[in-house]
Amino acid sequence: MSPLLALDRVERAFGGVRAVDGAGFAVAPGQVHGLIGPNGAGKTTVINLISGLLAPTAGSIQLGDRPIHGLPPWQVAALGVARTFQNIRLFPDLSARDNVLVGQHLRRTPSLAARMLMLPSARTEEREARERAEALLTRVGLSERVHEHARHLSYGEQRRVEIARALASAPRLLLLDEPTAGMNPVEVQAVAQLIRRVAAEGQSVLLVEHNVRLVMDVCDTITVLCFGKVIAEGAPRTVAEDPAVIAAYLGNPK
Amino acid sequence: MWDQLADLYATYQSTIAFIGINSLLALSVYTTLSCGQLALGNAGFSAIGAYAAALLTMQAHWPFPLAILAAVAVPAVVAVPLGLPVLRIRGIFLAIATIGFGEVVRLGLVNWDYVNGAQGIVAIPQKTELWMIYLAVAAALFVLARLRGSKWGFALEAIREDEPAARTMGIATTRYKLAMLVLGAALAGLAGGFEAHFTFMVAPNGFGFGRVVDMLVYAVVGGSQIYWGPVVGAAFLTLLPEILREVAPLVGIEPGPLRLLVNGLVLLAVILFLPNGMVSLPRRIAEWRAARVAARSAA
Repeated sequence: MSPLLALDRVERAFGGVRAVDGAGFAVAPGQVHGLIGPNGAGKTTVINLISGLLAPTAGSIQLGDRPIHGLPPWQVAALGVARTFQNIRLFPDLSARDNVLVGQHLRRTPSLAARMLMLPSARTEEREARERAEALLTRVGLSERVHEHARHLSYGEQRRVEIARALASAPRLLLLDEPTAGMNPVEVQAVAQLIRRVAAEGQSVLLVEHNVRLVMDVCDTITVLCFGKVIAEGAPRTVAEDPAVIAAYLGNPK
Repeated sequence: MWDQLADLYATYQSTIAFIGINSLLALSVYTTLSCGQLALGNAGFSAIGAYAAALLTMQAHWPFPLAILAAVAVPAVVAVPLGLPVLRIRGIFLAIATIGFGEVVRLGLVNWDYVNGAQGIVAIPQKTELWMIYLAVAAALFVLARLRGSKWGFALEAIREDEPAARTMGIATTRYKLAMLVLGAALAGLAGGFEAHFTFMVAPNGFGFGRVVDMLVYAVVGGSQIYWGPVVGAAFLTLLPEILREVAPLVGIEPGPLRLLVNGLVLLAVILFLPNGMVSLPRRIAEWRAARVAARSAA
């Protein structure tokens, strides 16, 4: 099967530092693809490059058969890419539900005239959008917190709202940047199940994560980054036993 | 009863008109604030609207409704080429660039002999009626109220809260910011067109930096988190000098200095104690009460 996302010799330099240095990998449709590596390996930079917040200094990023490198983030999103942020970026003064409503921006096609004239069609569209938002929040286990301001939610709850907000656009590719950071083991289990279900429905997931258990459990394929370069790739078991990976995490045995 | 009301109306007609005109100007600053952009070119847009309408009624003999439409349309069109480059910058830099635009407009008018330079245009026919002003205020409030809670309203709030995150949701942020700048320019131009045909005259110095600061203060004092806040601020601060004129002899201060003093104190008090403006006063009072009750039951 042709890949949904393909990075080819992607490079991003910040001044003299090459955060991503010729990295290339491909994400297949309906797969959970792990992206791991030691701190500073360039994982978040890769997510920022794919979602369009950064442009690569060299190389190409393809979504399906379309190059997306250099496109602004809102166009990348319109092609079916949604993401969460490592350092949670919810809209703090909006409720959990309204955050998810913003996430539906691309899916909703209401008519401005209908809204201004208070037509029933506008009201129906809005009610359906609200119901979809509440259903998504229920899916991430937050049905009780729908009307809470995002700033009043716990850390783990905020991460789950971010996942719901990203899913709200019905993306083809979901980029998760450390979705379980700061979560307790029960919450982590719930997120693992959610990721598997999302993939089972045909959406691809690119998962940046430090929780090794989670990565081993949910990923179909893993790419290991180190200093901006891909040092290993394959099924979780093979990658875990790869000497280059062990060396990158633990150092070379003397 | 009716005679007294008629007297009151005759005495304060001008104040009532300016409450409406200033409300439109305050709303014109609110539109960009609603998506987190501090754009301060509105005195310039207002001047363009005022001059366009005045020239059209006086020189081209257009009927007043058409001239007012031009007062809306001309600044709105000017806002597009201004907005495309300046909306790429943000925060204080956007404010400075748009203040610069306002000054360019003002200085352009000062040096334009056809419109009498610094003296401005006089003997403009008085065509503005109070109902027109308040119809416009009501229409503007209606549009802003309908935007709130809609897909577009949420997009604006998302841009205000976290612009890069909003962009990754697929929101074309520049388009939204430009739309709000254009809407603000249209409202400011409308206010200018009304004002020109209410006060008989327009002059460049009526549209200086001080004027846009007034507009911003209306929005901040009233409250810029909700669409009707700026109207509350504009009404309060436009009425204040009238009240102070009565009070001034009692406290033995000249009305002029007293007005500046009280304006400054009001602004200071709002910024310190009511960061969300006067419209948040009822909620703040409830919070203070609740805190006092809690403190008493704790003791």
